[in-house]
Amino acid sequence: MPPDHNLDDYVDAYEHGHRHGGPLRVGLGGPVGSGKTALAAALCRTLGAEYDLAVVTNDIYTTEDADFLRRNAVLPDDRIEAVQTGCCPHTAIRDDITANLDAVELLEARHPGLELVLVESGGDNLTASFSYGLVDVQVFVVDVAGGDKVPRKGGPGVTASDLLVVNKTDLAPLVGADLDVMRRDSAVVRGDKPTLLISLREDPAATEVAEWVRAQVRARQLQQA
Amino acid sequence: MTASLLTLADSRLPAGGHTHSGGVEQAIAAGLVRDPASLAAFLLRRLVTSGAVAAGLAAAACRGRNLPVLDAEADARTPSPALRAASRQQGRGLVRVGRRAWPSPLWDALPAAPHHPVALGVAAAAGGLTPRDAAAAAAYLSVSGPATAAQRLLAMDPLTVAAVTARLAPEIDAVAEDCLSRADGELSADTDPLLDLLAEVHATRGDRFFAS
Repeated sequence: MPPDHNLDDYVDAYEHGHRHGGPLRVGLGGPVGSGKTALAAALCRTLGAEYDLAVVTNDIYTTEDADFLRRNAVLPDDRIEAVQTGCCPHTAIRDDITANLDAVELLEARHPGLELVLVESGGDNLTASFSYGLVDVQVFVVDVAGGDKVPRKGGPGVTASDLLVVNKTDLAPLVGADLDVMRRDSAVVRGDKPTLLISLREDPAATEVAEWVRAQVRARQLQQA
Repeated sequence: MTASLLTLADSRLPAGGHTHSGGVEQAIAAGLVRDPASLAAFLLRRLVTSGAVAAGLAAAACRGRNLPVLDAEADARTPSPALRAASRQQGRGLVRVGRRAWPSPLWDALPAAPHHPVALGVAAAAGGLTPRDAAAAAAYLSVSGPATAAQRLLAMDPLTVAAVTARLAPEIDAVAEDCLSRADGELSADTDPLLDLLAEVHATRGDRFFAS
């Protein structure tokens, strides 16, 4: 490559963080059964009256999660889009995000005032993460019943997500999990990035997570202003 | 400009192809595809019907034919509403990545959410490729996506599936050549009623992994 070669020829301005306008897109990822859909439903209930919001679900197989949201979140049908992921939920949120972008853009076109879109991944493993071409921030949800060594094991979801949520703290005594260990290990692998230990069973409003999402919406609105 | 062709036909190009099975998911459900031999038969059948139609449309779009007219020609050759929707969904995905990858005023002549082969032809032209290249990419993509879908759904040996796809190369080339040997403006209309029926049944299912 000649020394004066302009590297700008290879990139353009439409990169992560430069998307102008539109709602905040929040990715919700994590292993099967950790509580992603329950968290999405809780956020819809808590934030639905404050924000113009919608949800994209990435079930591995059926419209199970979308149906759950319709029943539990009092979210109208036209605010929920389900995406088929071709047996590869991970590919659809990271490597080829086309189907999810289509769903998000469909919701944005249908609801021009949209302020917040939750993109819930299909249940995957600890290596799952969202492309920042699809979401602005991402939450990784693990649960206490998966074992208190999960934060120590790391993986991109645990170490690099913008918020780590450790759900089902109410089960800790039953499964012999040490919450202090999980809190300490999370801090070690995540540095300054926040971790919340919650129980959606005890706090169905997901109060702390909702507060974190509010701060993200405010930050985006300030950035766009 | 061959490298552009490799990019265009790469299954890793993020244009949404991985969420479509090209009828394979329903063909498996119907018992038509169950092993490497029946997969090869399905892929060959798909190649010489919808693959040939796609190749002709892609070559014509690359050659600079009127794009809205070609898009209507694609509609006319796709009786199944589910297949028309799937084609337009994939066309939209290809336009999204293609505009970024190969900026060109050619994209502006496309209708919104065009049929996939039409978008493919424009992507080829924008990437400096020939109508023959566009036809080859369309023909290849008509079997490569369904082949990997079958591999995932049946947990087939990926080496076997790769071999099945690779051995179709002469037939893929023949389909691409055939587009060029036709009289100017003549497009294949060899649609397959089986693919139409599979797509329509598939679209009604609530338990599918693939969009089509």
